Amino acid sequence: MINLPLLPIILPFLFAILMLFFKENVRIQRALSLVGVIISLIASFYLLVTVKSEGVLAVTLGSWPAPFGISMVSDMFSALLVTTTLLITLFVVVYSFTAIGEEREKFFYYPAILFMVTGVNGAFTTGDIFNMFVFFEVLLIASYLLIVLGGEKKQLRESIKYILVNVVSSALFVITVAYLYSVVGTLNMADISVKIAEVGQPGIITVIAVLMLIVFGVKGAIFPLYFWLPGSYAAPPVPVLALFGALLTKVGVYAIMRTYTLFFTHNVGVTHEILMVVSVLTVIVGCVGALAYFDLKQIIIYNIVIAVGVILFGAAQMNEAGISGAIFYLVHDMLIKGALFLLIGIIIYVTGTSNLRKMGGLMKTHAPLGWFYLIAAFGLAGIPPLSGFIGKLLIAQGAFEAGNVWGSIIILASSLIVLLSVIRIFIYAFWGEPMELPKTKRKPYARMMLPTIVLVVLSVLYGVGTEWLIPYVTDATDVLLQPSIYIDAVLK
Amino acid sequence: MELVVAILIGVLFTAAVYLILSRSLLKIIIGTGLLSHGAHLLLLTMGGLGGLAPPVISEGVTDFADPLPQALILTAIVISFGVTAFMLVMAYRAYAVHKTDDMNQLKGNDEHD
Repeated sequence: MINLPLLPIILPFLFAILMLFFKENVRIQRALSLVGVIISLIASFYLLVTVKSEGVLAVTLGSWPAPFGISMVSDMFSALLVTTTLLITLFVVVYSFTAIGEEREKFFYYPAILFMVTGVNGAFTTGDIFNMFVFFEVLLIASYLLIVLGGEKKQLRESIKYILVNVVSSALFVITVAYLYSVVGTLNMADISVKIAEVGQPGIITVIAVLMLIVFGVKGAIFPLYFWLPGSYAAPPVPVLALFGALLTKVGVYAIMRTYTLFFTHNVGVTHEILMVVSVLTVIVGCVGALAYFDLKQIIIYNIVIAVGVILFGAAQMNEAGISGAIFYLVHDMLIKGALFLLIGIIIYVTGTSNLRKMGGLMKTHAPLGWFYLIAAFGLAGIPPLSGFIGKLLIAQGAFEAGNVWGSIIILASSLIVLLSVIRIFIYAFWGEPMELPKTKRKPYARMMLPTIVLVVLSVLYGVGTEWLIPYVTDATDVLLQPSIYIDAVLK
Repeated sequence: MELVVAILIGVLFTAAVYLILSRSLLKIIIGTGLLSHGAHLLLLTMGGLGGLAPPVISEGVTDFADPLPQALILTAIVISFGVTAFMLVMAYRAYAVHKTDDMNQLKGNDEHD
């Protein structure tokens, strides 16, 4: 199985193409998307186990020798993210059966999801910087379709801005790759790392590092490039929002972490200092946004921005605790953001509004929803033993070890703001006098609750079962901190 | 030669930024087109414009063009072509629904408080 790293990319792609033939037949589309995601998930779990036992797997397409052909590389970091991506997609797809509506299902909703997953997994797996650009475009084009699908007034308005921002940042990506190519003369990421180490990162490479931070920062929504995110993410329906919130920004974060641990490691005093300052500012503006709104979607959307800041702050420490904390927090955040978006989707379905002021007393009628929301909220804030705790603990530990006391105090304090922002939703929506609810059927509610509950339980297990995950995260951390492992695997 | 192309790229970027910052939706899309042209030319130039022979290795050829930027630029052109086509269709839909192509009137922050 030398092609194993390719399976989680190709399988969703194959099923998406198959589904294109059944535009009108929603039942077949649902079945195909479910089967496709489950098979890809099994493949990715197999990949995870293989990477654990055999180390980094690398395939160079067309059997060209390594720096010339396009390499696909599965190390533990990318295998973990690929698996989490498919896991979240599974729950969102099941949730969509009830939540998205037949009209959208008939206009290539499921193929678009699987095409996007193809792009996301490809971006996580690729070992070639230009190929990463191509996979970014694959996932972006699918996301353009998802964000505008339905053609509501608001969607059209916001997707113009979303596309425009991403087109400009893609052009910047091409420019950055061009500069990098002119300096190092190669596109293979392992080879770039070797070449940069040979010349010892002169000033021009540091400039390219900052350019890369801008390019990926636009996708990953860091300060001050997050401006497009709150407006655009609020436009599409909740299942799409859950996918975007859980997956898309994380691709940008992954790319920053990969390039800043593999390429730009020789002038850490400048590049990682910039990354750290920017990430702390990201956390602060995210906190302001999360408290400023009375809109369910906006509150959780700003929590995405906070999480991006926290993860990058951990990554900027460049020590073992910081990086492994960032990896723990990255996977946690994908799971818990998926769960939270699905939960607020149900709250919006039940109350018929996303305005907190028009809600109240849901605890009397929808108690399980309230309890699971509370668990997810505590998990997001990182209350032990839930899933966010270990990541934040390690990030803070890494920052103290690296001597960045103020930054870590801000990160820790932000947990309180996160808790406050999500508990506000709980207080407004679930406590107080019951409001008049629009008539909704009990059956769709139960059907939407099922995948959501399983996802919340999974996130709890992720927190409680940290002990079992540590070997995997340690492997991922080792690859990031010692680029030689990655390079040796690719260049053999 | 590189210098001339560099100036040309600069002009393209300037025009692109000017157009993207305008209010009319159509001008913005033309601006993104110019921006990607500039980026593609930059990609080609960064490989070096030298090289007398085509990039086919044969007996006695030592000075050949770098084939990689040509492959990259082709990929990038196709992608930007697809995205521009999508954007044009979407802009038309937005114009039909909103009855305006003025970005000032497409701000819309009205529904959250």
